[in-house]
Amino acid sequence: MFERLGVLILALLAWVGDVALFGARALYQAVLPPYEFKETWRHVYEIGWRSLPLIVLSGVAIGVVLSMHTRASLERFGAEAMIPTVLAIALIRETGPLVAGLLVAGRVGAGIGAELGAMRVTEQIDALEAVAIDAFKFLAVTRIAACVIAMPLLTSIIDFCGIFGGYLAEASTSGMSAQLYFHRAFSIVQFSDFMPATLKTAVFGFIIGTVSSYLGFTTTQGTEGVGRTSTSSVVLSSVCIILVNVVLVKLIFLVFPVRA
Amino acid sequence: MSDAHLRQGSGAQAIKLEHLTKSFDNHRVLDDVTLDVEDGSAFCLLGRSGTGKSVTLKHIIGLLRPDQGHVFVRGKDVAALSGRELSEVRRSMGFLFQSAALFDSITVGENVAFPLRRHTDWPDSKIREVARARLADVGLAEDYGKMPAELSGGMRKRAGLARAMALDPGILLVDEPTAGLDPITANEIDQLLVDLKKKGTTIVVVTHNIPSARHIGDTLAVLHDGRVIARGTAEELDKSEDEIVRAFMHSEGAG
Repeated sequence: MFERLGVLILALLAWVGDVALFGARALYQAVLPPYEFKETWRHVYEIGWRSLPLIVLSGVAIGVVLSMHTRASLERFGAEAMIPTVLAIALIRETGPLVAGLLVAGRVGAGIGAELGAMRVTEQIDALEAVAIDAFKFLAVTRIAACVIAMPLLTSIIDFCGIFGGYLAEASTSGMSAQLYFHRAFSIVQFSDFMPATLKTAVFGFIIGTVSSYLGFTTTQGTEGVGRTSTSSVVLSSVCIILVNVVLVKLIFLVFPVRA
Repeated sequence: MSDAHLRQGSGAQAIKLEHLTKSFDNHRVLDDVTLDVEDGSAFCLLGRSGTGKSVTLKHIIGLLRPDQGHVFVRGKDVAALSGRELSEVRRSMGFLFQSAALFDSITVGENVAFPLRRHTDWPDSKIREVARARLADVGLAEDYGKMPAELSGGMRKRAGLARAMALDPGILLVDEPTAGLDPITANEIDQLLVDLKKKGTTIVVVTHNIPSARHIGDTLAVLHDGRVIARGTAEELDKSEDEIVRAFMHSEGAG
């Protein structure tokens, strides 16, 4: 029993070590020429632009739901006027970044894992190496960089859409004007609320790109393996994001103690 | 291995394998393989499935690293090269994978153009022109704009060969070039490889197809259980007293 647990823990640590080395290699390779700007930009488009519908719809829906919950709670204290402010702070500081991270992990992580996994089992990665292309840089570094670039942008959009969704809910419930709603929403939001929370999603992007690229590069056992990689990319990226978020939030509170 | 089959070429060596040994999961796939391929010659590696032929090719282009031994390409130890040096060596080689391994997200033409886009500063028009010419060489002139999924297995193989030839490499490594092709197309591919050899390209072919090997190869070698059991011209191997070599040479098995 304990022996099996020990083996499991060792395997987990070995996996984390391998992924960390993969990520460290990607960081190192990213600063070395030649730079794959064109390929990176293509992936920013694929990852960022194509995620927009999902992000916008989810943001608006979350804003509506959060607004309803916030109203139900604050009404008891007669503090309905605080709804836009509470909603904006909640979205910008935590809900927006985390939801964006999990949504992108689902959509993009699965895509990267499956695409690279399929390329691995059909020898396309070897074929890239054979034509003297650094497959790691061309396939993994570019995708990781694109995730890092796209995540903060998508987070800003989900934040705004969430606040807008809150407005729609408030307007339909209390008839609050747009001017008053947005004035209250942004009245106490500061730089230290927005920037650290948004920039931490670059780390989420790094996690999504690294975990799913690693799993894709190490795919074995044909199409069955590709399916497993796709699922694992989503699950492991999401778990890593949730765990790393705890550390990042603590760090943000340490660096910005007043706002905490 | 009989002495008659140990004939070594007299020309400069394009490729040399020295005591190459490789295992996967405790299964020894290559066991002390020593071979050399003369510059400008065609070398055919024969053997049953799973005897390590493709693994040998992947060592030559540096996709696999030897457990023991060395692989030299034009005198350079492939496993000891830096990333940049390995890239240079790879640019001088073309590789046709057994599965063709076409990039499935781009068209057939762009597959062939891909190495040219990456390694030359030619204008787009010239790159397309060369890619079309390479596709025409393998009988796919009309298929530039098709996606790999639209091609049959044999056509994919030919497109893979066109991509391998894109940079006009000095060394061409070809894994089962005629497998899955009809006899007429297979003959055309064989002839294409012979023509490339006449132009000075060093060719290493892995094949089961004995008629094809006889047509293309200046030198043939038989790999069995990870070891080279015979090496020589087709005529020399025909006279071999080794049962496995004789069985193989007289099987005339098609790819």
